Amino acid sequence: MGWTRDEMAARAAAELHDGFYVNLGIGMPTLVANHIAPGIDITLQSENGMLGMGPFPFAGDEDPDLVNAGKQTITELRRTSYFSSADSFAMIRGGKMDLSILGAMEVAANGDLANWMIPGKMVKGMGGAMDLVAGAKRIVVLMDHNDKAGGQKFRDRCTLPLTGSNVVDVLITDLAVFERADRKGAPFRLVETAPGIGLDDLRARTGANFSE
Amino acid sequence: MGKIYDTAAAALDGLLFDGMTIVAGGFGLCGIPEKLIAAIHDSGVRDLTVVSNNAGVDGFGLGVLLQSRQVKKMIASYVGENKEFERQYLSGELDLEFAPQGTLAERIRAGGAGIPGFYTKTGVGTLIAEGKEHKDFAGETYILETGIVADLAIVHAWRGDLYGNLVYRKTARNFNPNAATAGKVTVAEVEELVPEGSLDPDGIHTPSVYVKRLVLGQDFEKRIEQRTVRERV
Repeated sequence: MGWTRDEMAARAAAELHDGFYVNLGIGMPTLVANHIAPGIDITLQSENGMLGMGPFPFAGDEDPDLVNAGKQTITELRRTSYFSSADSFAMIRGGKMDLSILGAMEVAANGDLANWMIPGKMVKGMGGAMDLVAGAKRIVVLMDHNDKAGGQKFRDRCTLPLTGSNVVDVLITDLAVFERADRKGAPFRLVETAPGIGLDDLRARTGANFSE
Repeated sequence: MGKIYDTAAAALDGLLFDGMTIVAGGFGLCGIPEKLIAAIHDSGVRDLTVVSNNAGVDGFGLGVLLQSRQVKKMIASYVGENKEFERQYLSGELDLEFAPQGTLAERIRAGGAGIPGFYTKTGVGTLIAEGKEHKDFAGETYILETGIVADLAIVHAWRGDLYGNLVYRKTARNFNPNAATAGKVTVAEVEELVPEGSLDPDGIHTPSVYVKRLVLGQDFEKRIEQRTVRERV
């Protein structure tokens, strides 16, 4: 029941349009790069200072001076450019990124996003996530619909410290896809459900109100 | 010019004091000034405030300064790769100020450019905004963030010349050119010291005015944090 991680990533790839400049977050969002449709040419940004991020290198070709924001070894492309961290976030904050795809711990009905800390338990930090949600034109979130204990992650209100307030445009979970028409109070609308997922089941597993 | 020093320790001689603030370039372990960090460790200087995007890993990079308890406070955006860091922070031994990565980069850039503060929408409505001045511009809310000027900046460059002009390589550039501007004194370690005139003036990333001292490092470790590869088909 529900979509696999790769199926979720493939659904997220449908949000990419030709010519887009896109930042993919660490974790599941990086899988989206494997599902870009033929004829769609996008440029991936890595916030540590690179536009035009290529695939992982072949064994033996790893370069310690060439990593992505997840500190993974990567390669460059013929379109690649490098720049400083301040320049990198100038283009993010300045609204030049068409889309960013991020993971989440919680998303709220009002578009709030929490993905950077659990008080008293996890202190990793927000990295570039707060800048990305504040600056990218469109924010797509990929997350499991429920936590491992079955708890609701798409909620009326976030319980964890926020990464951004009123920032999520599209939410893709293993059960369904939700989208908002704007950030001015439009509710999340159910766009599609995974095969075998009924509406009553979905509502029971969701804390947030959404329209159909 | 007399900017070239024989060792990292010599390049830092007379610049270190307890309680000082140090801004360091690098992202994860990529492009970190590993020789200068090691020399700071060996100096025994204490109660440091360190401004850096990350805190290294256990046993390498800034992690060695944490293990030796030389750091009093970190200003960083992401410290998830360092268990000793997490332990010291959760037990209250280490002070930590989280700054969103872009805000951190801009605070360093602004400090180096003589700009004491700036408004940004990053972090509005989050813990980061608490206690900060809010101001509306054209109907949108922004928060005031302050520029950072450190007592010392340490950076890692690929190539440098005797004047202190620097060129970084690929994503090892990251915070280095920003950090290089934000120190009252900036010390750079380079992988290659090139003859004068051999750097393309159009391709210099950090102009010499920012760099006070320079050391040619030997046997850089340049550790890879996440080795990821694909199969040859």
